[in-house]
Amino acid sequence: MIDRGIRDRYEHIDTFDHGDPAATVAPPLAEARVAIVTTAGLRPDGVGAWADGQGYVVLDGPARDLTLAHASANFDRSGVAADLNVVHPADRLAEAAADGRIGSVAPRHLAFMGAQLDHTLTTLRLDTGPSAARLLLDDGVDVVLLTPV
Amino acid sequence: MSALAHVFERAGLATVGISLVRGQAEDGRAPRLLHVDFPLGRPLGRPSDPDFQHRVLDAAFALLPRADVPVLVDFPESIVDESDGPLACTLPPRSDPSSHPAVDEAAGLRAAYERQRAAAGRTGVARLGGPERIPELVVAFTRIADGAPPEEAGLAPEEVPLGGLDVRAYYEEAALALVDHVPAARQAESWLYRRTEVGRVLVGARDALRAAEHPRRVWSVLVPVGQPGE
Repeated sequence: MIDRGIRDRYEHIDTFDHGDPAATVAPPLAEARVAIVTTAGLRPDGVGAWADGQGYVVLDGPARDLTLAHASANFDRSGVAADLNVVHPADRLAEAAADGRIGSVAPRHLAFMGAQLDHTLTTLRLDTGPSAARLLLDDGVDVVLLTPV
Repeated sequence: MSALAHVFERAGLATVGISLVRGQAEDGRAPRLLHVDFPLGRPLGRPSDPDFQHRVLDAAFALLPRADVPVLVDFPESIVDESDGPLACTLPPRSDPSSHPAVDEAAGLRAAYERQRAAAGRTGVARLGGPERIPELVVAFTRIADGAPPEEAGLAPEEVPLGGLDVRAYYEEAALALVDHVPAARQAESWLYRRTEVGRVLVGARDALRAAEHPRRVWSVLVPVGQPGE
């Protein structure tokens, strides 16, 4: 059980103090538009190496031919290879929308890469994160589902 | 991930996240997190199990009405990785006794790799030129394992980790085609590093680079933490 040792090693790492969290009130889930934002470093361009630092890439809603470009070796990769939904549950959101459990699925999702070496994440906090938020708001997104890898 | 939650909430987006490392979730104080005791790499828990994945999503979305943030709730089911049980996966017989066993082995897995690539419609072998370059990469790693500097083996130092991840993806995707089920987490990884010729070569390359005092960023990705010799 390798994960246990890795979790022990990385249980607490340097973390930027964001202060008290803000809380946006979402509309009822059955009326909400939901987007996935993953930190798995998924890419839509067939490139398996992440070269965007603290930036992000846009994943079109229907896209499933995504490549796992996260740089770490220390997680299971076979699950994603077998079923993208295990990190990017776009098919599950589509089913939830069809069942009326969520209002709709956003036309675009986003991917960042986690495990950034600079724990202050200045570029993400002040530039790419707000840019991503504007993109999602422009798409009418109400709720963001954040997934790691 | 917690940083994104803070930024998005301040911008007017409600967020709910899935956490895989509880201490990091506690420290990051994202507004609403569902912690899952699932294998790293599988935040929705079970590949190809839509019912299970929906249960995870439902538990996450149930946190959205909560205003008493930060909220960190544990999903009630656990899944552990099975790295101690390498996948039982038959390797192809030697077809070219004149070549290095690792090179021959990699060539013998090409058909399985291609079946999985066609079935999935995607591949993780996407860093240094795709599957056509796998034989060349395996040769390079055999030379590095024998003590050659990366450049003499045909790889720039920054290409070493990328090549290692490509070789690993090639083997793990081939393994998916050789069994009739989705392996438990890390079973395919343990098969690669504990049962195959290429796994032995990657461990040897990692050891040789480390012994030659190359920077950690060059060799650390070749073998995951917890696999042989780490």
